[in-house]
Amino acid sequence: MNYQTPLARARGLGSARQGSQDWWQQRVSAVALAPLSLWMAVNLSLLPDTTYAEVIHWMSLPWNTILLLSFILLTLYHAMMGLQVVIEDYVHNDWMKIIGMLGIKILTAFLALSTAFSVLRIVFVGGHG
Amino acid sequence: MADFSLPKNSKVQPGKTWSAPVGAKRIKRIEVYRYDPESGENPRLDVFQIDLDRCAPMVLDALLLIKNEIDPTLAFRRSCREGVCGSCSMNIDGHNTLACTKAMDDCDEVIRIYPLPHLSVVKDLVPDMTHFYAQYAAIKPWIVTQTPPPADRERLQSKEERSKLDGLVECILCASCSTSCPSYWWNGDRYLGPAVLLQSYRWIVDSRDETTGERLDELEDPFKLYRCHTIMNCTDTCPKGLNPAKAIAEIKKLLVERQK
Repeated sequence: MNYQTPLARARGLGSARQGSQDWWQQRVSAVALAPLSLWMAVNLSLLPDTTYAEVIHWMSLPWNTILLLSFILLTLYHAMMGLQVVIEDYVHNDWMKIIGMLGIKILTAFLALSTAFSVLRIVFVGGHG
Repeated sequence: MADFSLPKNSKVQPGKTWSAPVGAKRIKRIEVYRYDPESGENPRLDVFQIDLDRCAPMVLDALLLIKNEIDPTLAFRRSCREGVCGSCSMNIDGHNTLACTKAMDDCDEVIRIYPLPHLSVVKDLVPDMTHFYAQYAAIKPWIVTQTPPPADRERLQSKEERSKLDGLVECILCASCSTSCPSYWWNGDRYLGPAVLLQSYRWIVDSRDETTGERLDELEDPFKLYRCHTIMNCTDTCPKGLNPAKAIAEIKKLLVERQK
């Protein structure tokens, strides 16, 4: 039996005093991604007519490197926040929630590091062949 | 995980059919959700065919006619019958609204009436509102001040200050918005829901209240407030034409503003 009063249940563990930061960052990253995604889409659409060497050269131009890294990191950050919200919304089992949250962070961190590493390697060491 | 389908004992079965009275010319078919948890039986959908010539125009009138003349065991809440008390909120034609202000002429060919979604059912169209009311009580829906009131008058408020409460004080706490919100369905134990957040904002913007910061502190929580994903069902369904989604957005704006 649960003899807690309805008010005690409604109050629960109280306010976590956080969440605004996450909410704001998700909005800011979304706004930043709008022009970045457009820029990315335009460049991806040009790929079929471009040679390997041209792509490597394109990536090595400073502005392109910066924008490409921004796009990758922001997309993964935004995806991490979004997936976190999905888990908070739908997963109510404590263990699955913890595993899900950690899994998302590890996966996005790994993807961020490996893609950033790839871009930087191409820019500073050059592609093969 | 969130439950996306009804448990076995909640599946709605076909119920009784009450045919129209002899001689009725304008017949309306109304399907009503019936459930008595104490009977141990599954919920069922009863069909009532009523004579529109013997019934006043609103859905509540039809329910009263059914209760008075066809089946007195039908349970539902009602009081003011003019959209002020919020008692007769229910799901009519898939939309949460007040039975007393919903005209049958504006309904589908067959009117389907269910209790408010995703609350425990006490009986038929009567949902258990205990948690909803407790959440309302938890936001302290009254003025909190440190300064004593002036000795010779009430606490004053300018017309501009009062106008900030327009669109908020009209809320009658019928829970149509909260029970239409998917976030409230999945996380209603912790998420306060649109109705309670609108009420909370009503006290946050009240110029006479002296605990704005504390109220914002209490709301700054991933579950209490930030389960709102701007789905807008609340604003779409509000039978009083209010905009809870906007009130929630204003709370979020204030929480960002105080960090700048």
